[in-house]
Amino acid sequence: MIPVWVQVVYLVAAVCFILALKGLSSPKTARRGNLIGAAGALVATAVVFFERPLGNIVPILIAVGLGAVLGAVGARRVQMTQMPQLVALFNGVGGGAAAIVAVAELHGFDREPAPSAVTTTAAAFTVVVGAVSFAGSLVTFAKLQGLMTTRPVVFPGLPVLFAATILTAIAAIVIAAVDPGLIPAIALAVLGLLAGVLLVLPVGGADVPIVISLLNAFTGLTVAAGGYVLGNVLLLIAGTLVGASGTLLTVMMARGMGRSVTSTLFGALRGGSTLGAGTASDRPVRSATAQDIAIMLGYASRVIIVPGYGLAVAQAQHALRELVDVLTERGIEVDYAIHPVAGRMPGHMNVLLAEAQVPYEQLVEMDDINPRFKHSDVVLVVGANDVVNPAAKTTPGAPIYGMPILKVDEAKQVVFMKRSMRPGFAGIENELLYDPKTTLLFGDAKETMDKLLSAVKAL
Amino acid sequence: MNDAVVWLTILVLSIFVGLEVISKVSSTLHTPLMSGTNAIHGIILIGAISVAGTADSAPVLVLGLVATVLAAVNLVGGFVVTDRMLKMFTARRKAPPKRLQEAPGKEPTGKDKAP
Repeated sequence: MIPVWVQVVYLVAAVCFILALKGLSSPKTARRGNLIGAAGALVATAVVFFERPLGNIVPILIAVGLGAVLGAVGARRVQMTQMPQLVALFNGVGGGAAAIVAVAELHGFDREPAPSAVTTTAAAFTVVVGAVSFAGSLVTFAKLQGLMTTRPVVFPGLPVLFAATILTAIAAIVIAAVDPGLIPAIALAVLGLLAGVLLVLPVGGADVPIVISLLNAFTGLTVAAGGYVLGNVLLLIAGTLVGASGTLLTVMMARGMGRSVTSTLFGALRGGSTLGAGTASDRPVRSATAQDIAIMLGYASRVIIVPGYGLAVAQAQHALRELVDVLTERGIEVDYAIHPVAGRMPGHMNVLLAEAQVPYEQLVEMDDINPRFKHSDVVLVVGANDVVNPAAKTTPGAPIYGMPILKVDEAKQVVFMKRSMRPGFAGIENELLYDPKTTLLFGDAKETMDKLLSAVKAL
Repeated sequence: MNDAVVWLTILVLSIFVGLEVISKVSSTLHTPLMSGTNAIHGIILIGAISVAGTADSAPVLVLGLVATVLAAVNLVGGFVVTDRMLKMFTARRKAPPKRLQEAPGKEPTGKDKAP
């Protein structure tokens, strides 16, 4: 039995986690909330040593220290552009840890006095879902890091194999619940790993953000189930909070991209995508120099900036902010149009611009900015592509079809700052590039932005 | 009350708290939200420590210690990176006043140069 005071401390930690999430309702309270959450985690980790007599204290402390250093160094070194990879990686190791804990529990069950069927089922569930989360997150990491193609990977028989894996895993959960032990536990883990890989492989690059969120929810559920197995209320509450919120966020994001969660995951399997099937890209485009664009911007009255991932990769967001400052000083009305999935995960662009000290009040969400494009003189698209691609409205076969886009095509003039004519993350061509009102400014976003900035200053 | 019912009660109430708290999160903060919830599930660390601490065989101890390292990466890394992001959102509070101070001085020159 866990001592009462330890249980009370766990309750306090659970409240800290709720406050951490509650703090995120405003940028002003968010940081304090996160620190409260971290304090809760610290206290809970300290009292677990008093929960029951524990052995192996020295190796445990070394393991905690090692993990803490690895985590902290990774978290400090990572660039803001690589945030999705890092979240995927942390999520994966968390899911892996939960799965391993449950494997150890299932192994122990064959000797302890018979645990209830609910407990063994929960443990078996934890192993499978934790392994799915681990393997799925690693594949997601590989896709985001460019270690493998960002296009959907589909092979004949994949749907059948996936379905077979899931059914076998369900059967294995039943078997392991009735007759727990190490062998069933390992079988469950292997099935989970396979299911995780098969789940994420067919997901295309543009949909990866939804998958990260979904796997995050999975890990939450895993931890909650693990909490039940271990008889630990804090794990149950924390895991359920993450599972519930992660599920809601996944649904919200999928809705933001105009699709259902199932079509995100299984869309490629139905063979609807026409990736890379765009027409030849040797059609003429209109390009201009930084000076031309500077004049266009400098004498406009309403300008909208559409920042994309390419901006952040080139580290041009600071120069962009300076440009916006100069334009604002000239009396020009400038706003940033933020697509819900701009960047590589929801809210990613907000973080990237926050890094460049753009006040968040200047960032306008898609639904609020879309009616304003037709009244704008110039729209400057920097390193974005898929989120302004009209194919989402016009080409039913396109992988991004149905995704709500920024209505840049309604503006009077459009300027694309691009490195090349290469298509975006979703791998499809953008018709807007060939539109007569579109001008292209080729080059590295940082260099071009600097040139543009000095040209506007010289006006 | 039956023990299982107590657990079920906690589960159901936690689901509602989770949904309620998240529905109020501003979309500006969706990335920190993901990394923040990510950090919270790293609390599986205490489960991993229990397993390692009560291990009665070498293989279980190894499993427990591996889980402990992984969970600690998740927990500590998650909170640190979330703090790094949120610091940028709060630090920026200083920026707007600075710009407001600059704006009135420079605005006339900007207008002089305009056609």
